Formats: sequence, C-alpha cells, structure tokens
Amino acid sequence: MSRVGTIARRSFLVGSAAILGGVAFGYYLYRKPIANPLDADLTPDAAALTAWIRIDASGITLIAPHTDLGQGARSMQAALIAEELDVEFGQFTVSPGVPSAAYYNTALGSDQAPFLTSDEGTMAQAARGLLGAVVKIMGVQATGGSSAVPDSFDKLRIAGAVARETLKAAAAAKTGVAVAELTTRNGAVVLPDGTSLSYVELAPLAADMPLVTEVQLRDPSQWRLVGKPMQRLDIVEKSTGTLKYGIDQSQNEMLHAAVKVNPRQGGVMNSFDATAAETMRGVLGIVPITNGVAVLADNTWRAFQAANAIVFDWGPAPYPAEMDAHWAQVAASFTDDRLDLEWRHDGDADVAFAASPAIEAEYRAPYLAHQPLEPLSAIVKVTDERVDIWTGHQMPRFVQQKVAALTGHDAGQIQFHNQYVGGSFGHRLEFDWVLWATEVAMTRRDTPIKITLSREDDFAHDYPRQIGMARGRGRIKDGKVDTLDLQIATVSASASQGGRLGQPLPGPDNQIAAGAWNLPYAVPNFRVRAYKVPELAPVSSWRSVGASSAGFFADCFLDELIHAAGADPMAERLRLANTDVARKVLEAVAEMSNWGSPLGVNRGRGVAFVESFGTPVAEVIEVTKTDAGIKIDKVFVAADVGRVVDPVNFDNQVKGGVIWGLGHAMNCEITYADGMAEQTNFHAHEGMRLHQCPEIIVRGLQNGHHVRGIGEPPVPPAAPALANAIFAATGVRLREMPFNKVIDFV
Amino acid sequence: MKLNVNGTIRDLDVEGDMPLLWVLRDELGITGPKYGCGAGLCGACTVHVDGVAQRSCQIAVADVGPSLITTIEGLGTPAALHAVQAAWIEHQVAQCGYCQSGQIMQAASFLAQNPTPTDTDIDDAMSGNLCRCGTYPLIRAAVKTAAVLMKKA
Repeated sequence: MSRVGTIARRSFLVGSAAILGGVAFGYYLYRKPIANPLDADLTPDAAALTAWIRIDASGITLIAPHTDLGQGARSMQAALIAEELDVEFGQFTVSPGVPSAAYYNTALGSDQAPFLTSDEGTMAQAARGLLGAVVKIMGVQATGGSSAVPDSFDKLRIAGAVARETLKAAAAAKTGVAVAELTTRNGAVVLPDGTSLSYVELAPLAADMPLVTEVQLRDPSQWRLVGKPMQRLDIVEKSTGTLKYGIDQSQNEMLHAAVKVNPRQGGVMNSFDATAAETMRGVLGIVPITNGVAVLADNTWRAFQAANAIVFDWGPAPYPAEMDAHWAQVAASFTDDRLDLEWRHDGDADVAFAASPAIEAEYRAPYLAHQPLEPLSAIVKVTDERVDIWTGHQMPRFVQQKVAALTGHDAGQIQFHNQYVGGSFGHRLEFDWVLWATEVAMTRRDTPIKITLSREDDFAHDYPRQIGMARGRGRIKDGKVDTLDLQIATVSASASQGGRLGQPLPGPDNQIAAGAWNLPYAVPNFRVRAYKVPELAPVSSWRSVGASSAGFFADCFLDELIHAAGADPMAERLRLANTDVARKVLEAVAEMSNWGSPLGVNRGRGVAFVESFGTPVAEVIEVTKTDAGIKIDKVFVAADVGRVVDPVNFDNQVKGGVIWGLGHAMNCEITYADGMAEQTNFHAHEGMRLHQCPEIIVRGLQNGHHVRGIGEPPVPPAAPALANAIFAATGVRLREMPFNKVIDFV
Repeated sequence: MKLNVNGTIRDLDVEGDMPLLWVLRDELGITGPKYGCGAGLCGACTVHVDGVAQRSCQIAVADVGPSLITTIEGLGTPAALHAVQAAWIEHQVAQCGYCQSGQIMQAASFLAQNPTPTDTDIDDAMSGNLCRCGTYPLIRAAVKTAAVLMKKA
C-alpha cells in the first residue's frame, strides 16, 4: 500500500492504480494521467509537488479540495499532508484550490457496490474498483458520502511523502550530501551538521527535478499529528467572528439580489406585477429569471423587501399538491414493477412464513429539510472572457459545467472560488441559487451580482430528504429472531439528483435500503427488498441519505421482534452480529451504558445499531418519562472508523450527528400543501435546542480494516435508539417520524 | 442618523425600519453578526445593546438611538480575546461556526449578569440560540470555562 510506482512528472496521481487490477472497462482512460491544476499558473520560483502542494517564495500552500462544510475537512486534509511533509501548523496556508479532475474522489465509488463491507472477495473488490474507475473517468470532485477521510487518508500522506522526498533530492543535488543522510522537520531539509535548508529556498530547484515517487509511508507509531488531538485551523476565526463565509463576501461595484421563484418546485411563473417594487428605495432593477424574478438593489434587506412586494401568479406544482397523495404513492409502490432490487435474501423468508404467521408493522419517514444556518448565497460576475463564482459547493466541477452551459463559456473559463460554508448536510449539492445568480449576472455583464436567499425562500427551495415507508414482517422462534423481512419503498434521492445533474442513475439506487440490507446480522431468514417510488417532490441527499430512513425502519422493527421474542435487546443483537467489528461496537455501548443495570421508575433504555458508509455505529439512549413529556437523558455512542484521524473532531462529529438525528426525529418534517412546503422557518422545523440536549458519551473504535468517515454514520442509529428507549419507558411503539406527532418532548 | 457601534460613531442614511442586522452587515460591512432566520428564532445575529444580548434582526435601526452597539468584533479580537472567546477556542466548540458569533454574544451577556450560573441557568440562557451542527455539549462546557476565566480576570 505504501509503495508508489513510477508516475509521469507533474501528472502525479496517487493511491488508486492498484485497486483496478483485472477490470477491463475503461482501462486506458482510467490510467491516462490527469493534468496537475497547479501547473497552470506556476511562476519560475514555484514548485508544484503533486496537485496538493505548492511552494514558492511566499511560502507553502496545501490544497484541500474537499469542501469544508463545518466538518473540519480543511484541517484534516492539511494534517494528512503535513504528517509526511514535515511541516507544522502555522507554517503553511490552506487553499481549496481550483476545480479539477485531478481531485476526483477515490472513495466515492467503492461504497456503491452491492457487497457487504465485510466481503473482501474478488467479486466485491472488482466491483468497487469498477465503480471507482467510473468516478475517476467522470472526474467527480465531490465532498459527500462521508468520503473525505477515506479518499484522503492514503492519497494525501503519499502526496506529502512525495513532496518531502523530492525536496530532499533537491537538497542532495544542491549540497552533494547523500539523500540517506538528510532528514526533514519544520518545513526544512536538515543536513547531518544541523544546517537547515528551508523548503521555500529549495523550491526552485525541486521544480526542475523529477518527482520522487518511490516513497515509504511512516509507521503509525511515528505519527506526529494523525490520531492526536488537533486544533482546527479555523477555530480562532470562528470564535471571533472574523471568518468570512460565502455570505460575508463582497466584490467592488457589487449589486445585491433577492429572488422569488415559484415555491412549487419546478412550477412555472405565469405572470408577475412588480409595480410596487420598482419604486422602492434602493431598487435597481427587476430581472425575470427561470420560473421567477430577481430584484436588484443596493442592499440585501431592500432587495428582500422589494421581492416580497411583487405579486405573482404561479403555475401548479409538477407533483401532487397535497401530502396525502404523496403518501398514497409511496403506499402503492410495494409492487413487482416498482421493485428496485432485492438486496438480500438469506435463508427463505417465504418458507418461514408458511410455517407460522408473521408479526407485521408499517413504518414511515417524512420529507426533511437540510436548512444549515447559513442561507444560500453566491456572487457571480460574468464578463466576455470569464465567469467568476464565489460560493461554497460540494461539487465544484459540476458548478463549472452547469454555469458554462448557461453562459456559453468554456468550462475552463469558469473560475470557481470555493468558500467556507456555514453547514450543508447535503444542501450544497444543488445548483439553483448559483444558476439564478448567473442568470441575473448575464443581464448585467461586468457587474458582480450577489444573491442571498431569505430563510423562507431557502426553505421553499430546499430539496428535502426522501419520504418513505417500510413494511416489516418477521417471525420469532424459541425466544430468538428467526425471520426479518423488510420491504422498503422511498423516492430515490439519487435518481432525483441525477436528473438535475443530467446523470441518469444507471442501476438500482443503493440508498433506498441502505442501513437495512447491509446489517451484519445472521438472522436465519433475512430478506430486504427496495422499491422505488416514482418521483414526487424533488428530493436530495440529506445527512446519511438512505440510512436515515431505512436504518430507522430496520432497527426499530428488529427491536419489535426482539421484544416479541422476550429477548434482551442488546443480547439478541450481539447474538445476531456476525462480524467482529460490529460485535465490538455493540459490546462497547453495552459496557459504556452499563446495559442491564436498573434505571428506576419511568425510565427506559434503548439500543440501535446501523452501519452506513462502511462505518458501524451503535447507540444506547436513556430517557425519562415526565409529566411534561419525554426527556432524553444520556446517549452512549461507539463507532468504528478503522482509524481516528483527530479525536477532538471525531468526538464533535459524533455528537453533532447524534443531535442531528435526534432533533429531526423529535420534531421535524416537511409537508406540502397547495404544492408548497408548509414549513417556512425554524419555528416549524426546529430540531434540537440546547436545553433538550442529552449528555453524549463517545468512544471511537479502530478495529475495522479500512479508514472510514464519521460525518454521517452517527445519524441513522439516533432515531431508532430513541424510539426503542421510549418504548422501554412507556410501552408506546413509535413507527413514524417525527415522534412529536404522538408524544411530547421536554 | 448616527449609530454607536463598537465605540465608533457611524453616520447613516437609511430607512428607520431597516433591521439593525442589515445596517451592520450591508451598510457598515460588519459581518460578525449573521443572518440566519430574520425572525428572532435562531440567534445568529445576536449583538449587545448597552451590554444586553439582543437579536439584531428584530431591532429597527431607528429604535437604537444613542445606545451602544457591540458586535462580536467589538467583544474581542484574535489578538485580545474576550474570556468567552478564549473558552470557545479552548473547547473547540465550532463546527461550521456560523451560529457561534451569536452564541458567544449571548453567553458573554448572560455571564456578565450571572457570573456563577447553574446548569439550568445555562440551558435557559442559551436555548434561544440554534446550532444546526449540534455543538450544544461543547457550548455548555465552554460557558462554564468562561465563567471561571471571567472570575479570574
């Protein structure tokens, strides 16, 4: 793993070639080198040592192509490079770089293969390699799917090592001292006599040398940074109000814009009357755009005010106007012709049910909004020669392509300046706001246009999480779970997103039953079938995607069967667990929570286990039933990511994921009436507040064989663990989110 | 119209009903206070008006009068941190960080009024500030640390 073959100068890409062995499809294209984007503007004193490291007279710049959405991606990427490059925090700057196929995501494809993560067989590996090759050929630079660490972990350490060894070779050439006698530390090559040659002074020489690609990665015992608590690069700025998010950016001569687009997503605008808006103070123009209107003004608030003064006649929604019809479509989707894939069938569920009757239950999960706290905004400036875009986005190259298609520029003329993001959770995988800003900017060439969505417009145009239902059938035998048969029907977020990307989903959507079909349980008869509901309201990826609904369905229904069997929820899950990694995660939360110890009156404890994006997570939740409602007391979490890169950030991501999962399960849903989302601000889609936040105790395990992400996997077990705990405390079985439809929370 | 922001008198020519938040952000270029909801629901825009935490999106600028406005930029700087900011850094509270200006301003005002808060006091004071990333456990811890730091100062 840690040897890197000879790779062409300046077209250096790492960490992937070995995966592909044996897959013929697209082989040549896959192996074809991709140009290093840093070569485009190199000055004579500068060296681009791989696509991630640029050194010139002004210093060392590390490129962090994964977008920082708040998950700490910039710091993580910098730390992985710095670990091998031997530079310390404070000695380099970090840039998101420019969009490039060189930054294609090496981890995104492999998770899509229909094989259990425990399956390391030839077929599974070949399929993962093939899907990885597709991602490379498409040059998909994407932040999502909890893939930033898996994508970066080897690749960026190798990049750091390649740069370090090349700088040592430059120092050897300069001094005549053998490379073997050189060491590196603090951004410098150190000679045997203690003399330091800084990387900056070596850069011009290194720029003319072949990259040293035969490198050895360090043993984990030698790591200075990885696995140790780090201070995030952005923590001071984020604690002093000095960090500029996309929404805080400005450009000279910039105009502000507010937009009103048909709140029935995808519906047309029949007409509008802007008479009142035109004369309002600060208004500089009314610009029709696709399905709506933009107001140009000299100030965001004035633009908002004027936009609200326009009277619209909106066309109907291209989906059912009322919520009942959405649910009816989901309920009607458990049919053979809507069967997307039978993901799993161990044993024979039909034979089991022929022998004795099934226990049955039906579950539901609603549409949910992303609504990160920073509303969507973008600055776009269109000139004849180029288009500049300042916003935060998870898929920079698709932004380039979408904008180029709109303006008629070449994709290479689209300059994308990726920004720090005030949360995303999947929200910034879409394009509407960038394209609206571009449409306006096309009418005001040479003038930067800043679009800001009001919170209400952001809610109206959020592409929510998929709605879905599950029908569970099960059987118990001799006090054990004998049969688990799940039919899961959801709209397909992948297909809906793919439609907007112009990338039709080529096969089954692996997210519909994610978190259910891949449970590492040895249930004798275990079947999971996914049904694809025809698109209703357009939907999108929401933190943890399919597992946020299917994980809830699967774990809660399993819990029902365990209770019906009279078994202990923890002991039965442990008995069923058929991988060591999963078993140890469950054992950890059992031990942390002192599972089985008496809790006292009106209290309950629930456990849930879901694996998503390859990361198994178990959570135990303790609740108290009070006169005012359910109080969530404590959450114990164990997760196995194979390798914890930064224990501080790991802890924060887990806690945040739990709170995200719990808050939305408690009180959030998006419903449609008259074709529009009924929830318009945080009063109606609140999530968790601080006073409701339980104590959360986290343990990171490192038994897995692969390095996994942690941004999303703590989310899916939160809702079922809460429902299972509430059942234990009250006897009420919650089968539909949000739970506050049935019970109150304090 | 004149406005006293972070110790400086600023001249303005704006409508009286423009929310203070937008005066700060768009007219004065002070971007520490954030736009989150525009409806007093999230607290991202929190500033101090005469030392008391207020939602700047809910204050018409005409109503500010001679009151002293302090934004997070006036609370402390990277070179001269306020105790609450120091505590926020020590605990590495921020994830996306977008709500944290408001959280910090809320906590600073609250601790000035209640230097020895109980856990319940902290929950009551901080629950109006929404954090979508889920940094609440660290906010609680940082408020406690800040209380200790402020006592020492």
